[in-house]
Amino acid sequence: MADESLFDFLHMEIVSHIYREQQSSKEEMDNKDRAVCVSVLESMGFRVGQGLIERLTRDSPSFKDELDVMKFVCKDFWTKVFKRQIDNLRTNHQGTYVLQDNTFSLLTQLSNGKQYLDQAPKYLAFSCGIVRGALSNLGLDSVVTAEVSVMPSCKFQVVVQKL
Amino acid sequence: MAVCIAVIAKENYPLYIRSVPTQNELKFHYTVHTSLDVVEEKISAVGKSLGDQRELYLGLLYPTEDYKVYGYVTNSKVKFVIVVDSSNTSLRDNEIRSMFRKLHNSFTDVMCNPFHSPGNTIQSKAFDGIVSGMMVQTASTV
Repeated sequence: MADESLFDFLHMEIVSHIYREQQSSKEEMDNKDRAVCVSVLESMGFRVGQGLIERLTRDSPSFKDELDVMKFVCKDFWTKVFKRQIDNLRTNHQGTYVLQDNTFSLLTQLSNGKQYLDQAPKYLAFSCGIVRGALSNLGLDSVVTAEVSVMPSCKFQVVVQKL
Repeated sequence: MAVCIAVIAKENYPLYIRSVPTQNELKFHYTVHTSLDVVEEKISAVGKSLGDQRELYLGLLYPTEDYKVYGYVTNSKVKFVIVVDSSNTSLRDNEIRSMFRKLHNSFTDVMCNPFHSPGNTIQSKAFDGIVSGMMVQTASTV
């Protein structure tokens, strides 16, 4: 199934391109540069998420409430984009949701040990953007962060901003 | 055949308005603007009364003496409004629904266009083409 790897390769190249561009002028990257790279990736993901959600919710009926929206993101949206469902959704019912994916498709190609644990957040920035873009088009402004403790499983934390 | 078609963003400003050129366009803009109130009412009313899923097609919003106004809202809260001539009573509900479906499909394509930012007015020729196909054909258009 070659088409699955197409996006994986493109994504890897996007990440390394952005980091290379940022580093081209200096020898060492400091934290500010890293933050710029992450925000560039995240805003790319945001735009992609907005377009994707428009296409994917075209025929489905309106959502009842926030939890319904999050369940849609976990099941249908994640299946279409990452070819699997979210394994675990937790919420505190006050606007914070934690989505756990035990085999995140963009991390499976990196080795399972601790070697690349600090590089992993680079590869999650785009996906955080996708989730944020999808939620924003469905009417929920949010802040999405991701963390990895054990490769390849990762947790996305979504905090919905209330007006 | 529609007399005026409008696409309105989530924040209630128009992304796209097209009306039949021979008529007084301001009147249509005003009609679309007032129909937004009815749309909001329908969205909030249905949400409270029924617990279950609601449709995207809102149906006839209100009839005036010359025109009928139909509404449709997407999941991203973008509203489509179609104004139809009342004298053309042969248009059935199914035809209006299919017009909205075509509009929604074309709008989805516009959203996925990387050169278009959400929130900007729609300038896509393909979208224009779909809309022209649905408008009343007048003698002046070639």
